[in-house]
This record gives sequence, C-alpha cells and structure tokens, in this order.
Amino acid sequence: MTFNIFVLPFSLGFIFLLLTIFFRYRKWIKALEKEDRIRFSRGLHSRKFFLSLKEILFESLLHRKMFRKNPLLGYMHMTFAFGWFLLIILGNLESRIYSGWWINPPYYPIFMKFFIHDKHVLPFEIFTVPGFFRFSMDLVLVVILSGLVLAIIKRRRSRWFGIQRTTRLQLTDKVAMTCLWLIFPLRFLAESFTSGAYGYGGGFVTQHFGNLLAILYPFSDKSIAYGFWWFYSLSLGIFFVTLPYSRYMHIPTELLLILFRNFGIKHVKSFSAYADVEVFSCSRCGVCIDVCQLATANSILNIQSVYFIQSIRDRDVRADITMKCLLCGRCTDTCPVGINTDSLRLIERRNFAINQLPVQDYIPVSIREKAEIIYFAGCMTHLTPGIIKSMITIFKTADVDFLFLDEEKTICCGRPLMITGQEDQAAKMIGMNNHLIKTSGAKLLVTSCPICYRIFREEYKLDIEVLHHSQYILQLIRKGKIPLQAYFRNVVYHDPCELGRGSGVYMEPREVLEKVADVRSIINEKNRSLCCGGSLGILNIDRHQRDAIIHETLKTLMSGNPEMIATACPLCKKTLSKHSSVMVRDIAEIVCQAIPGTKYNPVAQLTKVI
Amino acid sequence: MGKSVIIIGGGIAGMEAAARIAAMGKEVILLEKSDQLGGHLRKWDRLFPTRRKSDEVFEYLSNGLNDKVTIRLNIKINKIKKDDRHFFVILEDGESLKSDALLLTTGYDLFEAGKKEEYGYGIYDNVITSADLEAMFRNSAEIKTSGNQKPRRVGFVHCVGSRDEKAGHLYCSKVCCVTGVKQAIEIKEKQPDTEIFCFYMDLRMFDRYFEDLYYEAQQKWGIQFIRGRLSESCENPDHSILVKVEDTLTGRPLKMTVDLLVLLSGFVPSSDTNKLADMLGLLPGSDGFLTPVDEHFRTNETQVDGLFLAGTVKGPATIENTITDARSAAISIIKYLEK
Repeated sequence: MTFNIFVLPFSLGFIFLLLTIFFRYRKWIKALEKEDRIRFSRGLHSRKFFLSLKEILFESLLHRKMFRKNPLLGYMHMTFAFGWFLLIILGNLESRIYSGWWINPPYYPIFMKFFIHDKHVLPFEIFTVPGFFRFSMDLVLVVILSGLVLAIIKRRRSRWFGIQRTTRLQLTDKVAMTCLWLIFPLRFLAESFTSGAYGYGGGFVTQHFGNLLAILYPFSDKSIAYGFWWFYSLSLGIFFVTLPYSRYMHIPTELLLILFRNFGIKHVKSFSAYADVEVFSCSRCGVCIDVCQLATANSILNIQSVYFIQSIRDRDVRADITMKCLLCGRCTDTCPVGINTDSLRLIERRNFAINQLPVQDYIPVSIREKAEIIYFAGCMTHLTPGIIKSMITIFKTADVDFLFLDEEKTICCGRPLMITGQEDQAAKMIGMNNHLIKTSGAKLLVTSCPICYRIFREEYKLDIEVLHHSQYILQLIRKGKIPLQAYFRNVVYHDPCELGRGSGVYMEPREVLEKVADVRSIINEKNRSLCCGGSLGILNIDRHQRDAIIHETLKTLMSGNPEMIATACPLCKKTLSKHSSVMVRDIAEIVCQAIPGTKYNPVAQLTKVI
Repeated sequence: MGKSVIIIGGGIAGMEAAARIAAMGKEVILLEKSDQLGGHLRKWDRLFPTRRKSDEVFEYLSNGLNDKVTIRLNIKINKIKKDDRHFFVILEDGESLKSDALLLTTGYDLFEAGKKEEYGYGIYDNVITSADLEAMFRNSAEIKTSGNQKPRRVGFVHCVGSRDEKAGHLYCSKVCCVTGVKQAIEIKEKQPDTEIFCFYMDLRMFDRYFEDLYYEAQQKWGIQFIRGRLSESCENPDHSILVKVEDTLTGRPLKMTVDLLVLLSGFVPSSDTNKLADMLGLLPGSDGFLTPVDEHFRTNETQVDGLFLAGTVKGPATIENTITDARSAAISIIKYLEK
C-alpha cells in the first residue's frame, strides 16, 4: 500500500470527525419523540428522502437562496460547497484508475498527486479518461481558489456581497476558518511544486504553474513540495478537529435538518432534538443581522438570531438577548438554512417569563346567544374603534347576521402572553375563549386583529373556519354583497408581521384594496415588509428605540409617496399613526368609506378618483 | 435709523412683547399666519382661575399695540436668512422683511385628540375636546349632546396626549387639570342637574387658587373625581358613550355611561415652530419644544445671536406666565439692540 507519514494528521482528523458526526446524529435521532422517530424511519424509505436529496443539492451545495440574495455571495458559497463536493467525487473516481482497488484509504484520493506521477497524460489531454479527471480536478481547484479570493475580499468589503454587517466570530470559528482558507492554496502549491519538480503529472494549471516554480526554485530533492504536502494534511486535520466546535458544524448538521424537516418533524413547545439540530445548523452567516430593525434603526448588534442561537449552543442563554426581539419574523424569512428563529425564541422565553397572576375573576365565561358568524374584534381593535365601526357597517351593508363576541367584555386571545413566555397564562385565556366560541355554535369566526388570527389558527384547535377580516371582506365583495363606489389615489399597503410572515396572508388584503384604491408597490413589502415598531413581543427597549423603528418603517412606506397608508392590523395602524404625516387606515375603514351612502366616514378627507 | 424687531406669531406672547418693545421706541413688525391676532385666546370663553372673560385679556393686549407696531396678517414665511447684523424674513410672495432682532412666539398646537383613537374622538359624535366645549360656552346658552339633548352625565378625561408615552409626549401640559375643573364647574353653573365625573391620574393644581377651585368643584358642586386613566370608550346604540376605566383607588375595572365625554387635550409644539426651528438651525428639546440658552438666567435667548423665544414655544405655560415671559423677552431684546 502506498503510504507516507504526512497523511496522518488528515487521517486522524477525518476519523475523529466521522465519529463525532456519527455520535451526534445518533444522539439527535435517539432524542426524538416516538412519533418523530417513526416519521424519520418512514421518511428514509419514502419519496421525501429523494426530495431531501434534491434540496441538499440545491441549497447545501449550489446555495440557490444565496444566489438569489446576491450573485457574488452565492458564487462564493457554491465554489466552496459544490466545488469541494466535486473534488471529493472526481478525486475518488480518479484514484480508482490508478489504485485498482475497490476500497481506497480515505487519504489516497486527497494526496494522490503525491503518490502518482503519470507522465503519459498531458495537461490538456481532456478526451481520455485520466486526462478528463486531471483537467477537471485542476479546473475545480481553480474555481474554488476564485471563491477563496472572494471570501477574503468579503471580510473587508462585505457590502459588495449584499451584506452590511458581518457576524463577530468566536475563536474556534477563526481557527477553523483559517484552516479552511489554507486547505486549497496549500493543495494547489503542493500539487504545483510536485508536478514542477517531476516535470509531469500535473493538470493544466498546476503543471504550468509548477514548471514556473521549478525555474524559480530549482530544488531537485522535492523537499519544498513535501513540506507543502505536510501543511496541506495538517490544515485538513486541524479543520476536521475544530469543525464540530465551530460554525462549520452546520455543514453536517444541515443535512440532518433537511431530512427532519421534509419528514414532517417540527418544533414543539419545549427544547427538542429538532431545536438542537436547528441550533447546530446555523452557519453564522449573519444574514439575520442586516434584516433586523433593532440593528438597522437602533444599532443594537448583539441580540440577533445568530447571537441568540450561539448563546443556546454555548449554554449561556440570557434574558436580555432572548427577550430583546420584535418577533417580526424577518430573520426567519431570510435565513438561508430555514431555521425557525422565532420558534426558538418562544421556546427559550418560557424560561424567563414573569409569571404574574393577574386578577381574572371579572372575566365572563358564558354567553347565551347563538350565531352562525361571530366577530371577535380583539383588544387592540378596541383601541381603534374606527375599525370596529367600519366592520359593523360592512356587516350591516352585507346584511350579515353576526354576534359581536367581545363587544362588552374582552378576553385576551392569549398571544401577547404566549410570546412573552407566559404559556400557562395564555393557556387559561385560550381555554376561556374556546369555551365562548364553542357555546356560540358559530361556524365562522371573523377577527380584525392579526395577532388573534394567528393564535386562533395555531393554538386554538377550533373546528370552525377562522378568517381575518381582509379575507372575509374579500369573500363578501366577491359574492357582490358590498357595493363599492369610491376609488382612492396613491395608497401604499403595510403588511402586518402577524398577518403576512406570521400567517401567510399577503394577497387577500391587496385584492380587497385594489377594488377601492390605486395601490402602489414599494420595496420591502410582502415577506420583506418591515415591523411597524409596535410589536408586543418586546418589552425591553425604550420609546426612543421604538420611535426609531416607526420612523424607519414610515420612511420605507413613504417612498411610494402615498396619500394614505393602508394596513390590516389595529396595532400597526395605531403605531404608525403616531408619527405618520399621512393618514393611516385599516382596509376595513377604506372599504367602509367606499360603500355608497355610508354614514360613517373614516377616510373622508381623501382624494377620491370617482 | 432706528432699530427694528420682527416677531413671528401674533398670540399672547407676540402681542405683549410687541407692545413692550414698541413702548420703548423700537419698530416692531408683528407677523401672524391667521387672519386675526390673539391665537388660542380667541377660542377660549373664560379663563382660570378668576373666570375673567378671555376677551378682556385680548382687549388689554390689543391696546398695547401702538403705531410703532406694524401688524401683518395671513403671513406665510418661505425662508429666514441671517447675516452678521440682520435677519431677513422672506415671505411666500417674495417680499423680504429686514430686522435687527427676531422673536419667535409661535406657541403650541392642541394635541390631535383623534390620535388617541381609543377615546373615539372623530368617531363618536358625543366625544369632544376641551376646545370644542369652550366654543360651546362662547357660542351657545346651553351645553347639548349631538342629539340636541341636555346631557345628564358628562365625563372629563385628563391628560389626553400628555404624560403619555404611547402618544409620544411624556411631559405635563400644566393647564389642562385646572381647565377641566373650571369647565366642570361652568357646566354645573349652567346646568346644575348634570352629573360630572373627572377621570384623572393625579391633579396638578400647582398655581395660586387652583386648589381652591378643586375644593369648590367637590364641595360646592359635587363633581366626582375618579383616579384612573381611561382605557377605551365605545358608543352605545343611543349614541351615549360607554367608558372603560380602572379605578385605581379600589383596584377594580369600572364601566360607566356618559352622555358627553370631554377630552382635555394637551399641548404639542406647533407645526410651524418645527419648520422655523429647522430654518434657523435651532435644535428642539427632547419634548419637541424649543430651548433657551440657559433655563435660569438667559431664558429668552437662543444659540443664534439676536434670536429670542417667548411664551409656549418653550413649553406649556399659563396665560399669566406667558405674558410675564413676553415682558422678559422684551427687556432682553432692548438690551441686545442697545449693545
């Protein structure tokens, strides 16, 4: 067998890494709940497995999402991931030609150019089998080196890659990154020096570069080349040993995450194996920093998901970081790995909840009336009575018989409690409301508040239809039940976090709005929409910091130069109104204004086109 | 040639400062954006705590304006420039006015009560502001609801847009407490059968005779004071208003129906002040009002040489304090001109 002692650092590191990954995988899979374990083993034998492989190819290797974000960033990631993958595949195939064995020692393909010097293959001999491999191996190596150049530029000029702020790295990250960066130049130099010294055996780049090196450094004993093979092996070995303790653990973990996700395994209320896999899948790319409004509007740069997840991994979760988050969902939306950062926060927030017991004995738990349709305005909507008045006008215009469930006495839907970690309190509210809704005998629940809407759908387990009023109004319009006459100029729609990213309702409010107004589109809308700043999910920022968020969001909305900002959430309406120079109205109010002969005029002053 | 002063804002502070500067022989140009002088004073009926007619104060202020004062109404300012010695106020029609000193008396705006949407102003007919009530006092013999009925029950909401982090105004507007008490007494005087409830956080009866007024309201008129901030109000089918409030003395939530709800709107920096401050390079304080160089000793001077402030442009103040401050500004300006 072909062997040299320099292959040891690589080989030992490689064995260590394989064992570590094996034990981690085993730990995670064993820690799954029973149903999830069944899902996992079934998944492995289903179509979902192949879908996962496809996802791994497109996301983990080709980095499609990264390409969409920024082509340079995508290219850089692709060269490393897909390039290295190709090197492994091609290298293994190539080594078969020369070894003739079924099984190679792992180091053999990696260091093949040290052992094999085939003088019969010319650098540009592409159309023979060995020539093809030699040529493509060189080509891939050069492509990876171009990615490396970009990676080095990115540390200095991240803006060129669409990244404003980069992540602060830990020591292990820095060591692993340095080794990773060294691997490919060292391989290139080792191969070049070797083929230069022999005068043959290299690819189209390494051979020519090697020849040049041979002229510059005419050592006949190949000692320089041998030194580089050592360094190359060492850099690989150190990288593999540091990998499990660095950000690069995301590479093996993400593969498992993709399988878990495609097999239907999800977050639960407590910290599960799935959550742990998500934590280790974080590559600390820092894409979440740039989309966070605490960073962009307030320069708070230590609480973003990347740091929060790191704190979980380091077993150093702190209240300040965990609670300082708008829960707007922008980072979850943008995360290239698809980590559900909001769910991780909610899980950890339960450990920091102030479980106060408010007096609840004045809350009613019974109603006598029955109705087909119930309307639940929500606490926030009670603070914006213009929306309630408009909804009642709309119900009456459409001649709908409905029961106003929280007209007099209101029970909180529970979500504000839930997102601040007070799960038990929330459960109480959910129980009481559930009872009310069930006794009403209704078949449809309409709510004006996206916060309520989300928890009704996610936590209530209601067996009746739940609609946000934007969806319900659209149904009424489509059925021709609401005549609409007015048409307003220049309206910009603000997507509420809980309705848009939170519940996936983007089109219905727009469709309603387009019936009564000329809706202009702006940057950062739909899933990229900003948070109004009123988030109930955060209590540890001051009013100036909140104001900074409101102003940032208004600036984006005003870029469309609207005469009115439309939204579909009472909290967004109230928050934006505080500093907006133009009218902020809910779509229910705009629709109400467009009803011919309406007695209530919430948008009276605005320019009507008709 | 004699030295001159331009005063921007023809309210109480502007009128009084104009009168005092003119009395000392300087030329004054008094600029006013609306079609009359007097500012908010003209919308008020009677003044606390003496219940003097506001027209009397206006008459006094008007009498001070002698022939040294040029009054310019319906003015819109386009730009303000300054060289070493002079200010140039350029109007919208291009006219340029020149002076040796400039005094800003652009006052305040009332907080837009509609921004506290949960109170229902602009949504429910029977929710009005203290300014609306004052207009009723001025214009009609009786206080009536939107349904043209005498209200049996009236609620007053204190601190609307003041001391309210959510409304973006942490400061106290000073005069609303006593205004509410004055207005409550006035309704009782006109219509003694009316029940009146005032919803307050705490009553800041800071000045002379204010506390007396508060005692009179309780002892003589039976006006009830409930400690608690209104959370929201709704409209009943008969257009009366259902208010929800926490009574913080008993620690219980409370619901009550009133026929008329009066919101005591606070002060906010006037929109024109913001624009002018921008032109002149003045940085407002954290509350949005303008700030003098020194809050004890140089109370009317600014960082800009020759530019002075007086009245509620610097924050909420009573009429008495506004008049005194205008006189103080006049002294500072005369001293500056004679330097």
